[in-house]
Amino acid sequence: MAKLTIEDLKRIKEQTTKATALRQGEARVKITVHMGTCGIAAGARPVMNALMEEMAEADRQDIRVVTSGCMGMCSSEPNVTVEVLDTEPIVYQHMDPNRMRQVFRRHVLLGEVQTDFALAKI
Amino acid sequence: MRELSLHILDIVENGITAGARVITIRVEEASAADRLLISVHDDGRGMPPRKVVDIANPFVTTRTTRRVGLGLSLLAAAARRCEGDIHVKAAPGTGTEVTATFRLSHIDRAPLGDMAATLGTLIMGNPPVDFVYNHRLDGREFTLDTRDLKRELEGVDLSSPAVVSHLMELIRRSLKELVSGGGPTHTKESANGQADD
Repeated sequence: MAKLTIEDLKRIKEQTTKATALRQGEARVKITVHMGTCGIAAGARPVMNALMEEMAEADRQDIRVVTSGCMGMCSSEPNVTVEVLDTEPIVYQHMDPNRMRQVFRRHVLLGEVQTDFALAKI
Repeated sequence: MRELSLHILDIVENGITAGARVITIRVEEASAADRLLISVHDDGRGMPPRKVVDIANPFVTTRTTRRVGLGLSLLAAAARRCEGDIHVKAAPGTGTEVTATFRLSHIDRAPLGDMAATLGTLIMGNPPVDFVYNHRLDGREFTLDTRDLKRELEGVDLSSPAVVSHLMELIRRSLKELVSGGGPTHTKESANGQADD
């Protein structure tokens, strides 16, 4: 119990090798979840976890997720920035798990910017 | 912050901003001494002693996006209202260690909360950084070291969402076992697995 067992690790490897084998090449979409003190206090961690579930389900290899610090727009946290290749980055504000799921399915997967949730174009 | 695991996430993000490659998180719950200790060590760039002295002052910050820094101030406030305190050890080039103590049974002490979500968020959002998590509870312990995982899972991207989901499940299970292994003490507060904010 003190550590994750070798069996646990083997199981993870079996279950995910297929999913991650193709994970290479340039990312087409970059999603940044802002994780400053303000973001975390406002609920960035559940947003990140919802995003993780959506990503695992979509199983797309051309999307990267990163975390970053505060942008200085603390009152609109949690903020998430979506950058699709060759389009302007969009900053979304007041995100929660449901809004994150909608932005992922609509904007990231289908390219429809969710203007209702957007704070700004950069 | 509603959970100590959110404070931990926040303090670790400081270390990542400071350019750390390995971050070590320790949680020690000692019922006999009625003490909870949380420590976050990073091997980032550290800071000059003059800065350390006044580090919990919200108007001391290295950031440029706003004029106040709240992370450590909030942790210090959380610890002090539970008969604890924070201690910061840092020097330029040798990294930073933040230690917070709490009276374990203090009525105002926030629950540790969803540590698996904190670790999952960190692993997924920071692929180049390694994390060590060591949780001790009255003599029993749980350790997770992403360097070991990377070695064992050779060829698998540890930060991919599918892998992180599995890892989080394992961490939740292990921490539950850790807590339930020693009778009813504190089971109620630290056993919450799925709940998130």
